[in-house]
Amino acid sequence: MIEVVIDWIIAILMLSSGLFTLLAAVGILRLPDLLTRMHASTKAGALGVALMMTAAMLHFNDLVVMAKALAVIMFIFITAPIAAHAIGRAGYFVGVPIWVKTVKDELFNRYEPDTHRLRSGLETPEELAALKPSKDKPRIRVSSKK
Amino acid sequence: MQIVYLLTFGLLSIAFVLIFIRLILGPTLPDRVVALELLATVAVAMTGMYAIFVDRSSFIDVAIVAALTAFLGAIGFARFLERGGPRDD
Repeated sequence: MIEVVIDWIIAILMLSSGLFTLLAAVGILRLPDLLTRMHASTKAGALGVALMMTAAMLHFNDLVVMAKALAVIMFIFITAPIAAHAIGRAGYFVGVPIWVKTVKDELFNRYEPDTHRLRSGLETPEELAALKPSKDKPRIRVSSKK
Repeated sequence: MQIVYLLTFGLLSIAFVLIFIRLILGPTLPDRVVALELLATVAVAMTGMYAIFVDRSSFIDVAIVAALTAFLGAIGFARFLERGGPRDD
């Protein structure tokens, strides 16, 4: 009886893992720019791996395998946001085009691209004079197509 | 149970194909890096799936190594883009 229930739970976990992974893939294919694509891939992909590893834990029912699978889950959950942050930051500096309908870019005109210095908007005039004048042209190229 | 295994493998394979399309299309280099990272994540999920399928728990170790390598690769690509990469793709 209990084996049947566990089999059902494993089946549900595996299928939902596959569905979430497929959702991440569809998101990375269909969404319009880099940041939205990352938003789809990191969260749905990490959840897919976590569900699959939970299914493996239940399937093997062994303490060592449970520890290993838990390690994979912890590792994915810690590293996925770090990697996404690093790639997003690099993409912003490189000047990847963002979507036309993007509402807000708070770093626009506040970042010195060469020194990587962020202005808060609350500097005194002396501090502003010490900094280089910000460029007028937008650093982020806005993509022309929708 | 067999049909569930095959169905999950099918879903993961479709995900692989879709990510590959983005990897080939990807207009800029960061898009491709994101696609590669998701590809590695799907590979980790598929390794876990395979471990369940053949009923051998050793494949979980392979999943750990794959996740580690994917993270290192993503960080390396990000550093490369930010510090010394070509500014335009």
